[in-house]
Amino acid sequence: MRSNIKTGLPVFVLLTFCLFDSGLAADSRIPFQVGSKKFTESVILGEMVTLLVANQGVPVIHRDQLGGTRILWDALLKGDIDVYPEYTGTITREILAGEGLRGKEDTRRYLSRSGILMSQPLGFNNTYALGMKEDLAERLGITKISDLRKHPQLKLGFANEFMNRQDGWPGLRQAYRLPQNDVRGLEHELAYVGLLSGAIQVTDLYSTDAEIAYYHLRTLKDDLHFFPTYEAVLLYRSDLVGRWPKGVRAMLGLEGKISGSDMIGMNEQAKINKVPASIAAAVFLQKELGVRVQAKKESRVQNFISRTREHLSLVGISLGAAIVLSIPMGILAARSSQKGQIILGAVGIIQTVPSLALLVFMIPLLGIGSAPAIAALFLYSLLPIVRNTHSGLQTIPLEIRESAEALGLSYGHRLWMIELPLASPAILSGIKTSAVINVGTATLGALIGAGGYGQPILTGIRLDDMALILEGAIPAAGLALGVQGIFDLAERHFVPKGLRLALGE
Amino acid sequence: MLGVNSFPHAIIQLQNCWKAYGRVQALRSIHLQIPAEKTTALIGPSGCGKSTLLRLIIGLVRPDRGEIRFEGREMDLQDMPGLRHQMGYVIQNGGLFPHLTARRNVTLMARYLKWKRSKIEARLLELAELTQFPPDGLDRYPVQLSGGQKQRLALMRALMLEPKVLLLDEPLGALDPIIRFDLQTDLKRIFQRLRKTVVLVTHNLDEAEYFGDSIVLMREGRIVQQGSIHEMINAPIDPFVTHFIHAQRRREKVLA
Repeated sequence: MRSNIKTGLPVFVLLTFCLFDSGLAADSRIPFQVGSKKFTESVILGEMVTLLVANQGVPVIHRDQLGGTRILWDALLKGDIDVYPEYTGTITREILAGEGLRGKEDTRRYLSRSGILMSQPLGFNNTYALGMKEDLAERLGITKISDLRKHPQLKLGFANEFMNRQDGWPGLRQAYRLPQNDVRGLEHELAYVGLLSGAIQVTDLYSTDAEIAYYHLRTLKDDLHFFPTYEAVLLYRSDLVGRWPKGVRAMLGLEGKISGSDMIGMNEQAKINKVPASIAAAVFLQKELGVRVQAKKESRVQNFISRTREHLSLVGISLGAAIVLSIPMGILAARSSQKGQIILGAVGIIQTVPSLALLVFMIPLLGIGSAPAIAALFLYSLLPIVRNTHSGLQTIPLEIRESAEALGLSYGHRLWMIELPLASPAILSGIKTSAVINVGTATLGALIGAGGYGQPILTGIRLDDMALILEGAIPAAGLALGVQGIFDLAERHFVPKGLRLALGE
Repeated sequence: MLGVNSFPHAIIQLQNCWKAYGRVQALRSIHLQIPAEKTTALIGPSGCGKSTLLRLIIGLVRPDRGEIRFEGREMDLQDMPGLRHQMGYVIQNGGLFPHLTARRNVTLMARYLKWKRSKIEARLLELAELTQFPPDGLDRYPVQLSGGQKQRLALMRALMLEPKVLLLDEPLGALDPIIRFDLQTDLKRIFQRLRKTVVLVTHNLDEAEYFGDSIVLMREGRIVQQGSIHEMINAPIDPFVTHFIHAQRRREKVLA
């Protein structure tokens, strides 16, 4: 794992560097950084670029399945990635929505002002479509989207991104005046499972999805021509041309080479036949472009070890920093009620931010990778420790605090010799709570390129592969239990014996 | 500056001290001389300010107005830790640190002040003997001690640094009658032997009379009368003095 840390929080930089980046900087240039979204087609395209670039001897990394459009676009602008596959419709309707762009040249000009270049179309159009099960569509006599107007009782389920995009459900509903109220958002990859089980009856599809044929789905005709075309292109930073010209040339070799049926075929390989994305990409490159590439394959054990290492570092660094900061904050909060209200209020507010949102908020500050994940986990770990330190100190009986003061101990010594030992059970249980939450929340880090046990979970959801999901979920649960056990043991060690007797253990 | 009518041998002097907790006026215009090497008993109905007065002397609360002198020098916040080493403070439930053994409770300050280990050990045994604290209890934790043992231990802790002044806030208040009687006897013996300045807060007139060379009767934040029990009975300054004494006496008769 490479961490790309640019700003802030020197402790993290140092620790992360010591742990992981000791082998960095063989070539002082930043490597060729490929990104991809968290759905299979994007990952395959990202793999293709990666393989072609690597084939030129250019150092390249692929930060795969990073999340949605916003994360990828921000990362591209920031330079955390150099290139990622995108679709023209998404660029005009979502990324640059409201700019009133007309045509590709207009778009190109606009992008170049931000230092972003757009390749020629790769060859296929992956437009949005609505789909439903063939037999249900047949029974209800639905062939086009406007037919849905007659069936307000249908249960609709759309990808979360589709739910909020201008070119998604809000626009579609308005254009077609659709009456359905039972509409829910879910992961695109889960929509097919939902369709089969009957939990939802209509979903958004990508026209290159292999599942359309596999699950016998009917694609509804876009009779009002609402959806624009979504030609696949590569968006890349203009400075990449200067940095890795050979790599860019090789990458642009994909222009015009991938047909719709090629893409559906690769999606089928990866999603239905469970071929790794890198293999599906390599096979295509060899067959269609005659490029012989070596798809690297990590063994399951190697994979597990690096996931574990990533996860432990996310948890260890963020929790360690949180402990170092929270205990003094709790002490300060306990010392004056005014400061206490401010401190407890501030860390309390942080806790109300949903964890996924907090992760995404960190991206503009810290880019993608482990740094923003660690920062978010760190912020998340503060409240339980600060609050327990504060209440642990506050609940020490007044007579004991005053006895210490009356003896003539200085404030520091009272804290160190009397108050902190007495508050130690509360402080430890705060740390334990933080640690257990942290282990679980860290799985979300995979969404912004931090790796860890979230990676197999994310891939498992993408590929609808339960075994893969468990490969991440079971170690994460095990780690949480392990952490809990360690802190239970620590309690025996750190909580003074007299106190344990007094607490009736 | 010493007051005009101060005792030449007063170790602690309070000059026009006032203290309020929010809207509650706990102490009003307190003038008090604590004579050295004598036992002064502070007595009065609950809420009369006697505990607050003691806490003022040890610096746990600061007066809103007025000044407190220790051996003629005004006490200020900077000197407080050092001054506290010259005062021992014992409260009703001992205020013992539950995470430390009896031994470590007593020797905490001596270790903090980097006394020699041999000196600490000698002083510890001397105090155990003085207070009749069982030596085999020294390695127990407070939760493993009886109520009487806890108060003996609290006294040992207060005496460890050989303070000039001993401040006791209802030290026997939480004990049952037999233990209380034993400890009263032992305390009196200890006071006589050590010849220290003692300030004792109690709500029990008998106890005040038993210990006090001088009694200070308080009511609603003011000192009503200071003197011996005989002066209070024979020459009460205020009808409240007589009323208070009679109320206590009657209570004891009823209990007897």
